[in-house]
Amino acid sequence: MAEFAGFNMPIQYSSIVSEHTATRQSAGLFDISHMGRLRFEGPRAHLLLDHLLTRRVSDMQPGMIRYSLMCNEEGGTLDDVLIANLETPSNRHYFLLVVNAGNRAKILKWIAPHVADFPDVEFRDTTESTAMIALQGPKSAAIAERLFTPKVTQLKNYHGLVTEQMKKPCIVSRTGYTGEDGFEFIVRAEDAARVWENLMLAGREHGIEAVGLGARDTLRLEAGMPLYGHELSAAIDPYTAGLGFAVSLGDRSFLGSDALGAFKAAPRSTKRIGLSLTGRRAAREGASLVDSDQRTVGSVTSGTFSPTLQRPIAMAYVAHELATTGTNIEVDIRGTRTEAQIVPLPFYKRANS
Amino acid sequence: MQPEQLKYNPSHEWVGVTESGGEKIAVIGITDFALEQLTDLVYMALPKVGTKVTAGTEFGEVESVKAVSPLYSPVDGEVVEVHDGLADQLEQLAADPFGDGWMIKVKLADDAKLDGLLDYAAYKQQCANS
Repeated sequence: MAEFAGFNMPIQYSSIVSEHTATRQSAGLFDISHMGRLRFEGPRAHLLLDHLLTRRVSDMQPGMIRYSLMCNEEGGTLDDVLIANLETPSNRHYFLLVVNAGNRAKILKWIAPHVADFPDVEFRDTTESTAMIALQGPKSAAIAERLFTPKVTQLKNYHGLVTEQMKKPCIVSRTGYTGEDGFEFIVRAEDAARVWENLMLAGREHGIEAVGLGARDTLRLEAGMPLYGHELSAAIDPYTAGLGFAVSLGDRSFLGSDALGAFKAAPRSTKRIGLSLTGRRAAREGASLVDSDQRTVGSVTSGTFSPTLQRPIAMAYVAHELATTGTNIEVDIRGTRTEAQIVPLPFYKRANS
Repeated sequence: MQPEQLKYNPSHEWVGVTESGGEKIAVIGITDFALEQLTDLVYMALPKVGTKVTAGTEFGEVESVKAVSPLYSPVDGEVVEVHDGLADQLEQLAADPFGDGWMIKVKLADDAKLDGLLDYAAYKQQCANS
């Protein structure tokens, strides 16, 4: 167990590799209640969110979900988030913003003055009154089918709905952080244990495993997904991080839009890349990248031994001129030089996706 | 080796001392508890024969998917044998940590002591408390 953003969470239930493999081949269940859940309701809520987020919200249809970013006025990344436009069965509309656990306090503080500018928007932090569970892996739909209305398994990627599980309210989205098909469920805190048990039971015949933080990290790394505090920080703008797709300039002005326009026109000198290493030692966060002239040209932000690919992989920031696929580079792993090659992200992509 | 007869570093290395040709040879490995905590080993580095080791300092490392873990020598002396091929058969280490999973043999320095090491009961107690 480990303390993480104020939550006591398991690093692993059985073993990282076993949990990782179950998720890739069948299904894994994750308690992600630590993620922040912020709710915005009211006829002008979309305008507030248009101002806070790097992608437009006002053109989102009910049921749509978008990956987006929050930036400061300097264009530095404050968080990467999911924003959902939801409609209840009784036709109430609201937006749900899912933020990183470790950023929740910072984001609450950051948005407070902007929320105050919209007194007609009802804002609530529902993180502690609700729980969040992710079901991920190729058997996710087969498992969800047994517990939910068919509308759930008919959801397209990055879509969500407000429904019920055993007559209790449940928000379901077809989203995740593993590179696999899957769903994320938000339920009332008092219903969480029962929903978790139901999912574990429904998944038993498929060999579902409970998955801890360790495998959550190796799965997202293989999928090339950034993790705030590693690939992302206030010192990194979205373009440097390779997340330009999550910024829509030109359709409105928003927090950071001027600075982001400048970064888009004149990119910074480093870029996020993927590395494939030789041998079996993983390059961990902070390992230096060294070019053929022995100059330090970058550093690793996340790295592990990939259970799926059976070789070490890493994400790193490297000087722009070297950031091309196929470039050979050395990584200093605790004093030993290891050969590596720049490879495209993601490292792993599921079949038929 | 019988775990009950070994001595232990708080950092989970075990050592068993044998006599060979009048010299004291320490056999060193890591415990089942350490392996359970690490899980999923992917890499191991051991020193070469002839390397001098000192109690409390690093003689190698093991790495799992989860983390890198240095190996600390429980004794002072010189490496006289290294378990060839163990690094390529890490499953052997997990299967029999106190036997086939031995890592290095160290000729103890003349004045070497096993002070400061835990006996089996004390080590078990430490694991239970962690």
